[in-house]
Amino acid sequence: MYAYDEIDRALVNERVSEFRDQVQRRLSGELSEDEFKMLRLQNGVYLQLHAYMFRVAIPYGTLSSKQLRRLAHVARKYDRGYGHFTTRQNIQFNWIKLADLPDALADLAEVGIHSMQTSGNNTRNVTSDQWAGVAPGEIEDPRIWAEILRQYTTLHPEFSFLPRKFKFAITASAHDRSAVKIHDLGLRLHKNAAGETGFEVLVGGGLGRTPFIAKTIKPFVHGRDLLSYVEAIMRVYNQYGRRDNIYKARIKILVHELGIGKFAKEVEEEWQHMRDGALKLDDEVVEDIRARFFYPRYEKLPHMPDELKEAAHDPLFERWHRNAVFTHKVQGYAIVTLSLKPVGGPPGDATADQMDAIADLADKYSFGEIRVGHEQNLALPHVKKADLPALWEALDKAGLATPNVNLVSDIIACPGLDYCSLANARSIPIAQELTRRFANLDTANLIGRLHINISGCINACGHHHVGHIGILGVEKNGEEVYQITIGGRADENAELGTLIGPGVRHVEVDDVVEDIVEAYLALRASPDELFIDTVKRLGVEPFRERVYATR
Amino acid sequence: MPLVKGGKILDDSFAQVADGADLPTNGAVLVAVARFLEKPDALLARAGKVGVIWPNNRDVDDLVPYLDRLAAVALVFPTFRDGRAYSQARLLRERFSWRGELRATGQVLRDQFVFMLRAGFDAFEVKKQSDAEAFAQTAKRYSVFYQPTGDGRLTALHRRMQLRHSERAGL
Repeated sequence: MYAYDEIDRALVNERVSEFRDQVQRRLSGELSEDEFKMLRLQNGVYLQLHAYMFRVAIPYGTLSSKQLRRLAHVARKYDRGYGHFTTRQNIQFNWIKLADLPDALADLAEVGIHSMQTSGNNTRNVTSDQWAGVAPGEIEDPRIWAEILRQYTTLHPEFSFLPRKFKFAITASAHDRSAVKIHDLGLRLHKNAAGETGFEVLVGGGLGRTPFIAKTIKPFVHGRDLLSYVEAIMRVYNQYGRRDNIYKARIKILVHELGIGKFAKEVEEEWQHMRDGALKLDDEVVEDIRARFFYPRYEKLPHMPDELKEAAHDPLFERWHRNAVFTHKVQGYAIVTLSLKPVGGPPGDATADQMDAIADLADKYSFGEIRVGHEQNLALPHVKKADLPALWEALDKAGLATPNVNLVSDIIACPGLDYCSLANARSIPIAQELTRRFANLDTANLIGRLHINISGCINACGHHHVGHIGILGVEKNGEEVYQITIGGRADENAELGTLIGPGVRHVEVDDVVEDIVEAYLALRASPDELFIDTVKRLGVEPFRERVYATR
Repeated sequence: MPLVKGGKILDDSFAQVADGADLPTNGAVLVAVARFLEKPDALLARAGKVGVIWPNNRDVDDLVPYLDRLAAVALVFPTFRDGRAYSQARLLRERFSWRGELRATGQVLRDQFVFMLRAGFDAFEVKKQSDAEAFAQTAKRYSVFYQPTGDGRLTALHRRMQLRHSERAGL
């Protein structure tokens, strides 16, 4: 956990008071809706189909129990008793009133969270690995650098009115859980031959209407140069990114139009002017940030405690244990994923009561810390293995122990036409139907790892391009039609999925997905070959045949 | 449109001369870029001060040869959503050491003042009278700044370092 100091607190409070003034000026008519729109967006406030939506940042996916309780309080007091965790480590409240927003923000500011820049054409919440700091084999905790970037990007005087939104993600593990290759700016922490910490910098990734996998602009940027190099990229983008067409305004289009070589050259030229300037990070500054991260005092514990041996006789516990519990870097501890994907539920939703329950469990079993992942699940990052049976029982009671993590019913979905004013089609009902279709956990385990991602429009908030199976809702002649892609992935081997054929109607989606899954089960070389690997080996053709042969 | 300079609403000492209109023989003038670049030397040789309105889609590098003879540079915000001039402002102040008047024109609203001040602007053609009147108050809205810019305000990172050092020194 990063602990805010008085300086961080002062800034958030100043922002709350500024926004209170802006809302006041809007309500009094002094600000037009056009003027206010950008200001509210810069504070995470969208106008949706039915109400204002309020998006709160959870920087690099780390929350304290106190912060989670406060989110529950906001859900209860200002909304309808629940919140929705998004694919970018944010939480959204869907029914908030404009006049209540300043108070909700003030309540959040007391525990050091805010909604600054969770929307609008500025740098968004900096995301990272939900297992940061606890994953075995990690180079170092990427959240130190994510926090440095959070501060650097907050209310940046030069980059608050960019051509379009700008998203950062950072990973420090060989296996990328942060989807850095589908971000405007992705950072992969690694060490050079001299053992110094630095970053592979990737640029121009993104989904939406024109999806691109990010390209490497520089294989190694030393940690001390991170901010100056980022500023050089942002400055080139701010000046030369397209502003004539909202659909061509992301940095991915600039990189694509210039070519990565030319873009890199522009950035390099800019960087040479400023790399030794005020943005250079000396070790002392980095250490000061590092020192304000709280790490638990781990005990020396056995690898296999008696409690765990005993509980292994319970097949229900064992199934959850095998599915939702992951190796921790410290012996005797585990990382536990909390599935927010119950059968029939909207993916990523949690009720205020669940949030409170999770906060209590975090206090009891995880040093008061909770993580949020881009897959729309939560995690408790430091659980003693001996506590796993007791934790499982408590999670099960709260509806948070569905053992479907990384399985076919662990679906990523955007809010879709049920809430969103941009959507062309519904996403949540498709996800709900699919979780019912694949409710049998034995079948789901037989299928193995399979990520289904659903978006209700081309903007791709549900990351459909990088789902192993991607589902995109579009509108055709007044009807919701769904286009299916396969073979996408968001990890270190990120790839965009391939369309398997013409779109299908709402009622057909679950049958089509089932056909694809059955084709996979018949085609896989062995039970160990994952869906995504079978698609890679065989291409989409056999799947296309299977799906369209009878349609 | 009220002009704010030095934190106060002032009369504009520059006359903005429309394209094609005759230039006054003396007195300070602000001219558009096309007119300026047509005969820069002749313009700069006149008795009064000269300022130029520089568009946000043209590199400020092209302006650099004239900076030492100019009295003002006005940068343009065609809408407040278009932030290119923030980069131009920082380049002029921080890279090309421009010390003359740096004016923000176009859709300049209260909610941009702090960003503009930090980017190096010191004169503001403000769209609304009420925003111009609120300038001094709005400029004080923030006490914490995370990024170093040429305005010299101490950043949070460095304030922290100072705090830590004084704590260690027992002050």
